Amino acid sequence: METHRRPLDNVVFVLVLILALLFLSPIFIVFMNSFKGRFFISDAPFALPNAQTFVGLDNYTSGILKVGFLPAFGYSLFITVFSVAAIVLFTAMTAWCITRVKSKLSTAIYYLLIFSMIVPFQMVMFTMSKTANILHLDNPVGIIVLYLGFGAGLSVFIYSGFIKSIPHEIEEAATIDGCNPIQTFFLIVFPILRPISITIAILNTMWIWNDYLLPYLTIGSNYKTIPIAVQYLQGGYGSKDMGAMMALLVLAIIPIVIFYLFLQKYIIEGVAAGAVKG
Amino acid sequence: MQKMPAKYYAFFTLPTLIAFLLAFFIPFLLGIYLSFNTFTTVTNARWAGLTNYVRAFAEDHNFLNATIFTAKFAVVSVILINVFAFSLALLLTRKMRGENGFRTVFFMPNLIGGIVLGYIWLLIINGILINFGYDITFSAKFGFWGLVVVTNWQMIGYMMIIYIAGILAIPRELMEAAKIDGANSWQILKGITIPMVMPAITICTFLTVANSFKLFDQNLALTAGAPGRASAMMALDIFTTFYNRNGYEGVGQAKALVFTVIVAIIVLIQLFFSRRRELES
Repeated sequence: METHRRPLDNVVFVLVLILALLFLSPIFIVFMNSFKGRFFISDAPFALPNAQTFVGLDNYTSGILKVGFLPAFGYSLFITVFSVAAIVLFTAMTAWCITRVKSKLSTAIYYLLIFSMIVPFQMVMFTMSKTANILHLDNPVGIIVLYLGFGAGLSVFIYSGFIKSIPHEIEEAATIDGCNPIQTFFLIVFPILRPISITIAILNTMWIWNDYLLPYLTIGSNYKTIPIAVQYLQGGYGSKDMGAMMALLVLAIIPIVIFYLFLQKYIIEGVAAGAVKG
Repeated sequence: MQKMPAKYYAFFTLPTLIAFLLAFFIPFLLGIYLSFNTFTTVTNARWAGLTNYVRAFAEDHNFLNATIFTAKFAVVSVILINVFAFSLALLLTRKMRGENGFRTVFFMPNLIGGIVLGYIWLLIINGILINFGYDITFSAKFGFWGLVVVTNWQMIGYMMIIYIAGILAIPRELMEAAKIDGANSWQILKGITIPMVMPAITICTFLTVANSFKLFDQNLALTAGAPGRASAMMALDIFTTFYNRNGYEGVGQAKALVFTVIVAIIVLIQLFFSRRRELES
């Protein structure tokens, strides 16, 4: 720790503070406008609400009703939680198996999964959504399979890197004590993988919660997740309701901010770890 | 463990592999095949050779324009994002009070999804432009700089975190030795900090290039390509080709394959650079 403060620190502090406030201002502006009447937003977004423009929570009620925000929140939550759980469990199993069992098949699986990381979504979006449709995966349960398939590349890659670094003597001891591979994995390996599992869960939560195109193309017409609901309000027919839009943006941000404030230490560490390996 | 009975191997790998085959691998192979066909659904394909590829470039200039727009956007945003992120990282590794709080704030926009980000900034950018009698759809230039602002806001915090990790990993003795030898801040930055964080710079550069090329949600929300298709980036142009024009599915798939090759080349160049660095060190 520094024992004496440098005079420059105060200047830097003020500068960074101003930058931080500027960084937060867009969210504040949207929040402020969510309490203004729909016709007072686009023309003067920087004006505070006043007696004439203030409408209380009207925008929130109309926004929630217009796009069905509550079901959208439910779909987003359901899809994110179960897809992330599936990714964490199944890619950990796969990564451990193909890292520990050295064979041509393991190598082939590994490189095939890695390869999928570099292919942009546009390459497969049309054929994938048709396939999902034919196989009846176009519902909130089926989409979990799609997310597992798409998330497998990055997650197996990160898990494999971690598994290579842990000694396998413990696993061998478990085998000698009579554990079969399934017992060894769930009793010994999976608990050791906990820190990297948190990273994987966070990276995938950020992706799936915010994902627009995959759910839009597969389940979007029947089940609107939050990003689809937001886009639907803007792209929908008729005049745009800016008030409802502002309220929806605020409602879309709130769960993310709560998630972030509770888990920020893990999120920031996870992102740094994930980026360095990716 | 060198061997595992087949039934256990299947137990561990099959759930992931089946999902991977259905969601990615089969659609990927089908996509390559279909880019050489005319089709409207995946079941009525007719062989068309290279027709789709010719149409992708020759019929109109949308795809070519989108490619140029994307490349320009990538150059501008890569430079701006990395300069801002690196500067912030320098400011936030001085053991100043409140550093953790600032990191939290600067990183936060990264958690907000592209669609929501796009609409937040649409309000603000149009709110500024309205004073001059414009809105963002008036010119592709507005869309371009609007997208630059949005991606900067989103990505600076992310890259800053990677740079901070890089800077904190520099051995303190190096800095102290340089100070004792009388080096000023600029010399330390040029002679020690930047060379020592080169791996982070490589990672961030390519992450921003790849993200810039793949940008879609922000583009859709902010301009949706307006005016006309002048501010459509590659991913959005491919999407529009697929879903807004009947009979162009094959052309869309051909564009998608070209797009994939471009992105793959960028990633391979990155791998080449980071491998070479690992060998050097």
